[in-house]
Amino acid sequence: MSTTVIRSGRIIDPANRRDEIADLYISHGRVVGSQSEIREELIRRGGKSEIEEIDAKGLIVAPGLIDMHVHLREPGFSHKETIESGARAAAAGGFTTVICMPNTSPAADIPSTIAWIKDRAAEVACVNVLPAGAISKNLAGEELAPIGSLAKTGVVAITDDGHCIQNHEVMRRAVEYARMVDLPVLDHCQDYNLVGAGVAHEGYWSTLLGLPGWPAAGEEVIVMRNILLAELCDHPIHCQHLTTAGSVRLLREARQRGVKISGEICPHHVALTDETIQNFDTNYKMNPPLRSQTDVDALLEGIADGTLSILCSDHAPHADFEKEVEFDAAPFGIIGLETEFGLFLDLLVHKHAKIDIVRLIEMYTVEPARLLKLDAGTLSPGSRADITLIDPALKWTVHVDQFQSASRNSPFDGWKLKGRAVRTIVGGKTVWKL
Amino acid sequence: MTTRWTRKDLLGLRELPAEEINFVLETADAFKQVGTREIKKVPALRGKTLMNFFVEPSTRTRTSFELAALRLSADVINISATTSSLTKGETLKDTARNLEALHADILVLRHSSAGAPQFLANRLKASVINAGDGAHEHPTQALLDLYTIRERRGKIAGLRVAIVGDILFSRVARSNIFGLLKLGAHVTLVGPSTLVPREFEKLGVEISHKIEEVLPQADVVNLLRIQHERQRREYFPGIGEYIRLFGLTKERAKLLKPDCLIMHPGPINRGVEIDSEVADGLHSVILDQVTNGLAVRMAVLYLCGGVSA
Repeated sequence: MSTTVIRSGRIIDPANRRDEIADLYISHGRVVGSQSEIREELIRRGGKSEIEEIDAKGLIVAPGLIDMHVHLREPGFSHKETIESGARAAAAGGFTTVICMPNTSPAADIPSTIAWIKDRAAEVACVNVLPAGAISKNLAGEELAPIGSLAKTGVVAITDDGHCIQNHEVMRRAVEYARMVDLPVLDHCQDYNLVGAGVAHEGYWSTLLGLPGWPAAGEEVIVMRNILLAELCDHPIHCQHLTTAGSVRLLREARQRGVKISGEICPHHVALTDETIQNFDTNYKMNPPLRSQTDVDALLEGIADGTLSILCSDHAPHADFEKEVEFDAAPFGIIGLETEFGLFLDLLVHKHAKIDIVRLIEMYTVEPARLLKLDAGTLSPGSRADITLIDPALKWTVHVDQFQSASRNSPFDGWKLKGRAVRTIVGGKTVWKL
Repeated sequence: MTTRWTRKDLLGLRELPAEEINFVLETADAFKQVGTREIKKVPALRGKTLMNFFVEPSTRTRTSFELAALRLSADVINISATTSSLTKGETLKDTARNLEALHADILVLRHSSAGAPQFLANRLKASVINAGDGAHEHPTQALLDLYTIRERRGKIAGLRVAIVGDILFSRVARSNIFGLLKLGAHVTLVGPSTLVPREFEKLGVEISHKIEEVLPQADVVNLLRIQHERQRREYFPGIGEYIRLFGLTKERAKLLKPDCLIMHPGPINRGVEIDSEVADGLHSVILDQVTNGLAVRMAVLYLCGGVSA
């Protein structure tokens, strides 16, 4: 079925400042402008093609959502997730495009690994999987990866995510070099000396529980470093999964001055605080850690005023046997693809009313597409028909046992949320529906 | 004694209400008396199996638990990290499930990770007794400290207790802070600013970096073992400076009230946190702590072992 009409939905297309109830037409995997185009198409084909009708009454028709920070674990860790299962999880969360991080095994630091990921994705993934390449060889933070060759193989960004280049000179040269090949640099902000063996936000709860602390300053000094280097190199640096009031303050000031710096945020860092770690449940152990209420409040303000411009999951699958260990010993991270949009919609739009649904969609589409220069995130005629249908009022309960992801490490099991994606369309084809 | 004990596990003093702390101390009174008899054994846990599972090395605490269990007529097995399958890559959960498959009734766990006892308690039918987890809690040590103070001073409420040394990394300090505050003591933490987290002030304790100002007020001084190992190098310049600023020297001991108690969880570093003469002096109740530890651990095993049945 090559022609589809999505009937009577509220089309929200922030890229075109469009927000209206209308029909949306799809033909041959592309958005088309009007019904007459569809008719002409049908006439050309002798009227043989059927039209698929999707009733979107009461639903929002949005450009396909983009999550620019996920770990799909292949190659190397397919017991946690595969490109196939991760892509299904993405579809079930309303995502049509995901950017997968390079901390695989081997690390995605050479063109052949990137090519393998792209081939694999083309074969098995039901959504668009776009790889990010490493900044440094083997993510070791010492020598530059072949960034130019990675660019030619089609990476959309470079990052050592999960690691952080400690040597400011190496980072500076990486950013300068990335400018030449026009790739944004994404950075996991963590000062290794300050953080040490930290596993929990350094504060009241880490002190009470005797857990090694991960101080807010351990993130903020690297955010500051990145602001200075973005200025020095005149090239975008994007700070991944920010968590502290100080980071928001630094970023706000730098962005007001026009520095090419941006920041993203994960739902768990606003949905939860460090108080949740007191039972030593490792589903509350992530890097950076859950912070204090003061930080959460500052993050919400940062989202409201645009300082934090991109939303993501940091989807980090781990097997049960890996997570079900002592708190110190457990790997960091939780899965998020199937809960993030629902959580942010519930928290940011409904509960705290920090942003409206249009901005929420913009932060998941236009913003990452602009940073990464993706041909995505819009419903303009001619664009690829990657579309997410959203029911903003649907009440639902998170059931981790029903997840498409191969892993179950989520602290949100049993949460009751309002609003979610109900259908995901990639290239005109429905790849998932509720 | 109207309090009824319903806990399968003893994980820490933070979750234990004052009545339950007092109930353990009262139960320990009865067991202390057993230690003075010619036949030091009672049949309270006959037929029960206790596993001393010490993932982190310890002689004092392990021996105390072992003896306590033997005096309650339990069968005791000792397993250390080097003799367990943890060294072969087995997870803590699997090791513990194997111990349970051997029908262990009580598992006494010493572990370097905070929260490890709770992790096991949530997953096992057996009683789990925390014998020290990372920098988190060491509840039986704090209970024996409370017991010793109560025995010597007749009460705990209103006393001024100073805990001196490396608070940041100390599970003994945390359990003592929780227990002492619940029983109404005033607690002052003394030590280098890098090793005394200010977050503790939120619990209502005082913090001081001048031991000379604290000693004259104190009813109890609890000294913690000071180490200057690799992971402590950034925290203070060295043992010499520590002694100069915080050591309980002969000179400083003169500042103490005559009835002030000097305590130490051991093993003591003579000449470091405490001068040798002071450790052996009239104020010292360090060996009483060891004796009382036995009675307190018998009480804990008896109470929790009774619930797991």
